[in-house]
Amino acid sequence: MPSDTRPDPDDLLARIQAEELQQKRGRLKIFLGYAAGVGKTFAMLEAAHQRSTEGVDVVVGIVETHGRVETEYLLQGLEIIPRQTINYRGVQLFEMDIDAVLSRKPHLVLVDELAHTNAPGSRHIKRYQDVEELLEAGIDIYTTLNIQHLESLNDVVAQITGTKVRETIPDRVIDEVTDIELVDLPPEELLNRLKDGKVYIPEQAERAIQKFFRQGNLTALRELSMRRAAERVDDQMRAYMETQAIPGPWPAGERLIVCISPGALSERLIRTTRRLADELNADWFAIYVETPQQATIAQGQRDRVAQMLQLAEELGAKSVSLPGQSVAETVTDYARRHNVTKIIIGKPRRSRWVELVRGSVANELIELSGPIDVYLVNSEVEPQVKPIGGARQQRSNWSRLLGGVALVAAATGLGALIAPTITPTNLVVIYLLSVVIAAIFLGRGPAIMVSILSVAAFDFFFVPPRFQFAVTDTEYLLTFLGLLVVGLVISYLTAQVREQAVAAQRREAQTAALYELGRDLTVTAGLDGVAETVIAHISQTFSRDAAIFLPEAGVLNVYATSHGLDIGDNELAVATWAFEHGQLAGRGSDTLPDAPMRCQPLKTTRGVIGVLGVKPSSSNNYLTPDQRRTLDAFANQVALAIERARLVEQAQQAELLEATEKLQTALLNSISHDLRTPLVSITGALSSLEESPIMDEEIRHSLIATAREEADRLNRLVGNLLNMTRLEAGAMRIHPEPCDVQDLIGSTLEQFGSRLEDRQVMIDLPPDLPLVPLDFVWIGLVLVNVIDNALKYSPQESPIEIRARLAGESLEISVADRGIGIPPEDLGRVFNKFYRVQRPDIVAGTGLGLSISKGILEAHGGKIWAENRSGGGTIIKVHLPLEGMVDR
Amino acid sequence: MTENGVRVLVVDDERAIRRYLHAALNAQGYTVYEAAQGQEALNAVVTDRPDLIILDLGLPDIDGVEVTRRLREWTHIPILILSVREQESDKIAALDAGADDYLTKPFSSGELMARMRVALRRSMQTSSEPVFETGDLKVDLAHRKVLIAEQEILLTPTEYDLLRVLVQNAGKVLTHRQLLRQVWGSAYEAEAHLLRVNMSNLRRKIEPDPSRPHYILTEPGVGYRLRG
Repeated sequence: MPSDTRPDPDDLLARIQAEELQQKRGRLKIFLGYAAGVGKTFAMLEAAHQRSTEGVDVVVGIVETHGRVETEYLLQGLEIIPRQTINYRGVQLFEMDIDAVLSRKPHLVLVDELAHTNAPGSRHIKRYQDVEELLEAGIDIYTTLNIQHLESLNDVVAQITGTKVRETIPDRVIDEVTDIELVDLPPEELLNRLKDGKVYIPEQAERAIQKFFRQGNLTALRELSMRRAAERVDDQMRAYMETQAIPGPWPAGERLIVCISPGALSERLIRTTRRLADELNADWFAIYVETPQQATIAQGQRDRVAQMLQLAEELGAKSVSLPGQSVAETVTDYARRHNVTKIIIGKPRRSRWVELVRGSVANELIELSGPIDVYLVNSEVEPQVKPIGGARQQRSNWSRLLGGVALVAAATGLGALIAPTITPTNLVVIYLLSVVIAAIFLGRGPAIMVSILSVAAFDFFFVPPRFQFAVTDTEYLLTFLGLLVVGLVISYLTAQVREQAVAAQRREAQTAALYELGRDLTVTAGLDGVAETVIAHISQTFSRDAAIFLPEAGVLNVYATSHGLDIGDNELAVATWAFEHGQLAGRGSDTLPDAPMRCQPLKTTRGVIGVLGVKPSSSNNYLTPDQRRTLDAFANQVALAIERARLVEQAQQAELLEATEKLQTALLNSISHDLRTPLVSITGALSSLEESPIMDEEIRHSLIATAREEADRLNRLVGNLLNMTRLEAGAMRIHPEPCDVQDLIGSTLEQFGSRLEDRQVMIDLPPDLPLVPLDFVWIGLVLVNVIDNALKYSPQESPIEIRARLAGESLEISVADRGIGIPPEDLGRVFNKFYRVQRPDIVAGTGLGLSISKGILEAHGGKIWAENRSGGGTIIKVHLPLEGMVDR
Repeated sequence: MTENGVRVLVVDDERAIRRYLHAALNAQGYTVYEAAQGQEALNAVVTDRPDLIILDLGLPDIDGVEVTRRLREWTHIPILILSVREQESDKIAALDAGADDYLTKPFSSGELMARMRVALRRSMQTSSEPVFETGDLKVDLAHRKVLIAEQEILLTPTEYDLLRVLVQNAGKVLTHRQLLRQVWGSAYEAEAHLLRVNMSNLRRKIEPDPSRPHYILTEPGVGYRLRG
C-alpha cells in the first residue's frame, strides 16, 4: 500500500480511544532516574508539595525514605496512608494498603519504586499492578523508577553493569505514562554522594553495588535513560504530528516476526525485536512452530516456550503458536500472508556436521524468505539449558536399544534358517524388516542402530568369508550401502510418521474436548443444565474441580460447584476480584496467585457475566500452557452458553407473562359482558316503565317479567362468581352430614320454581336409599347447576331424568337429558372454568356452573363427569363416597 | 288485604333497601319506621312500639343475632331477619335466638308479604286452632288425627309429633335444632339423622309425590317449613 500523508484512520481512532480512556483513568507521572541516589524520591516529594499548595488533594501511598533526613523532612505536611502489615513466614512486611487508598479517593497518590515486588500474600505480585488498579479508579499517581527496571532494556543493562536485574516492569506501563520527568545527576556528583553516605545501600549487596557504581557504568546508564526519555518525547511528537496531519517522514508499515524456540537465545531475540519494532514503529509477532519433533519435547522446555510467548505479549507482540512440518516453511508462509517485512531468528551454535545432517532452520528460512529480510542475531553467552526429564528418557532408551539388538539377533537367526536355500543378498530383506519394526515400535535412535547392526550382522554371518568382517566382493559393498541407506531412511520416515501421529493425537484430543463441550452445551436447556455440563466436562478434561459464580443483584455468588467442592470466603473474594476487573485472578495469574483456585472471568459482548473457578486436587498439579489455552477456550464457550440460557429464560418469562395477560383480559371481558347483559334488560324495562306510565297492560307485564328473569339470572351469576372465588381461595368449607337424597332432589327442584312448569322431570330413587354424608347446601348447588344445564341445552318437550342409586362404595346421582349433547373431545373440558360449548344459537351462562360443581365434588372426595347418551343427549354423573353412611 | 295501622320497624344499614321496604310496605298500608343501626333499633322498639321488626343481620354496630337475643329478653315481637345467601350459620343462629323467619336477599315482595303475614297472624293468635287445613291435608290436633283427602293416615307417634310441631308453627321456618328439641327433647339436639329419617318417612306418607314435596318444604341448610 502506498504511504500517503494522511494519518491512518485506525491509528487515529486508537489514539482517540486511548485519550478518552486516559481521561477516565488517572494520570501517571514517572520520576525516572538512571541509578539509586540521583534524587527521584526527593523530586517527587517536591513536586507533590507544589501540587498541594495549588490545592490538589495529595496523599502518600508508600514512600521509602531509607533513613535519609532530607527526604523524611519533605514528608512532613503530607497526609500518609498507613501501610498494611503482611505476615509472611513469621516476618512482618509492610506494603501499600490499596483498599485504604481506594476508599480515601484522593486526587493524587505518591507511590515510590514502581518496580517493587510485593510481599507474598498481597493482592498483586507487583506494585505496578497496584498502581494500575489505582489508575483505573481514576486516581493520579506520581511514582519513581530506575531505568534498569524496564523489561526491554533488561539485557542491555545487564551487559553494561554485569548484573541482571530481577525486578522488571513491562514496557507497556511506560508507554501509557502521561509524563516522564528525568531526574538527572552527573555521575561524579552521584559518586560524591555515595562517598558521603547519602545513597541507600542495603548491606548485603554492598559489594555488588560497589561494582555497579563505577563511572563508566553510570555514564552508560545515564545515556540509556536519557535516550529512553527522548524516545518517549519523540513518540509524543509523532503522535501530535499525526493528529494534526502534519506531513512527516511516515515510516512504511513494517512488520516483524521473531521465531521462538525452546533455546535460551529466544529471550534475547524477543527483546531485540522489541527494540527494533520500537525504532521502526512496527507491529511484531512472536511465532513458535510446533513441528512433530517438538511435540515430544520435555515439559520443562514446553514451559519455557510458554514463558517466552508470554514475555513477547507483555512486550507488545502478538504471540502465535502454529503447527507445521517445517519451521522455515511455516514461518515464511505466515510472513507472506501477513505482509511481514522482517524475520528475526537466532544464529544457532551447532557444528557444521550437525547442520549438514539436521539442516539449519536459518538457512532454510533465508532460502524461502524471498523479498522478506532475515535478521540473524548472534548470541555470545549461551547458558546451558539442562533438559529436564532427560534422565527418565535415558532409562527407557536403554531398554529400547536392547530391543533393537534382540531384533537383529532374531533376524540373524531367521536368516540362518533359510540361508542354504537362497543367495545371501536376499537376506537383506529380513534385516530391512527388522529395521522397519524397530522404527515403528522402538523409535528413531534404536532404528538407526538396528540399521547399522544389521549391516554388521549381515556381513559377519552371511557374507563370505563368513564369521569375519571382510568383504571380498564389491557387490556386497553396494548391498551394505543400500541396506544402511534404506535402513536409515525408513527409520527416519517411520519415526517422523509416529511423531506426527502423536502430535496430531494431542491436538485432536484438545479439539475433541472443546467440540464435545460445545455440542453438549448446544443441546442443554436451562442454566442448571449448562452448569452441570460444564462442571462435568472440566472434571473430565482437566481432572479438576470447578465452580461457577454468577451475579445476583450485582453481587457475585456461587451458583454451582463440583460435588464435594467447598467455596470459602477466600475463593469468593478472588472470584469477585476477577469479576469486577474482568481479569484472570488466583492460581497461575498475577493477581492473588496464592489462592488455591484459578478464577477466569466469563466475558461476552455484554461484559463480564460470571466467573469460572477451577481448582486442582493437589497444589502441585499445574496446568500446561496447552491446557491453559484449552481452558480459555472452554471459558468462552461457557460464557456464551450461560448468556444464551439466561436469554432463553427471559424470553420464556416474557412469553408466559404475555400469555397470562391475554388470558386475564379475555376472562375479564367475558365476565364483564355477562354481568352487564342482564342489566341491559333490567335498566331498559325500568326506564321504559318510567318513560311511559300509561302502557298496554300486556307490554307492561312482559317488560316486568323480563326484568325479573334477568335479575334472577344476574343473581345466579353473582352467586357463581362468588362461589368460584371461594373455591379458588380455598375458603370453601363443607360440612357433610347424613342427608336424605330424596329431600335433596326435592328441594333442588323446588328452587327452579316456574321454570319446571312445562318440563317433564322423572325421578327414579330406590326406596331404601340410606342417608348419605354430604353437605346439603353445596351438593344442592351442584344439582342446581347440573339440572340447569340439562334444562338449557335440551328442548322444551324432552324429558329430564334424575336417578340415584348405590354404586359400590359411592352414591351415584345422574341427570340425563335428550338435548344437543357435548362433542366427545369436550366431555372433559366442560368442567373447565368459563368453558362453553360453542353453539351460537344457545344462550349460555357463564360457563362456571360445572366448574364450581367439580370443585365442590372434589372437596367431598367425590367425582363428577359427563357422558354422551346413545340416542342423543348428555348424562352427567355425580359420585359421592359413602363413608359415614347411616342406615335407616 | 291492607294492614291498616300495623307498624313495622325496618332495620338495615343500606339506605336503598330501607327506601324500597318503606315504599313497598307503605303501598300495602303498613306504617313504617326506620333504623340504620342495632342500638338505634333497640331504642326504636321501645319508643315506636312496632308490631313487627324486619332486621338485617349485617349491621355495623351490633350483630343482628345479638339484637334478636336482646329483644327476646323482654318481648315477643315477631322478627323477620334479612340475610345473604349461603350464610346459613348466621340464619340458624338468629332463628335459634328467637327470630321467627328469614328472607334471603334478594327477595321478592311477594315472599316478604307472605312471611310477614304469617308472622303477624301467629303473634295475634291468642288461642291455637284445633284443626289445621291446607290443601288436602287436615290435621286434627285435638283428636290426633291426620287426614289426606279425607283419608286417615297412620303415623308413628314421632312422626305425628313432628307434624304437630310443624302445624303449630305453620308458615314459619323451624331449624333442625328447634325441631329436634321440640320433638325429641334437648338431649337430641345434635341427632340430625333422626330428624331426616322421620321427615323422609312422614313425607312418604302425606305427600302426593315425596320427591316433590308440597306441604313440608325443605329450607336447605336451615330446617323445614310447613306451607301455611
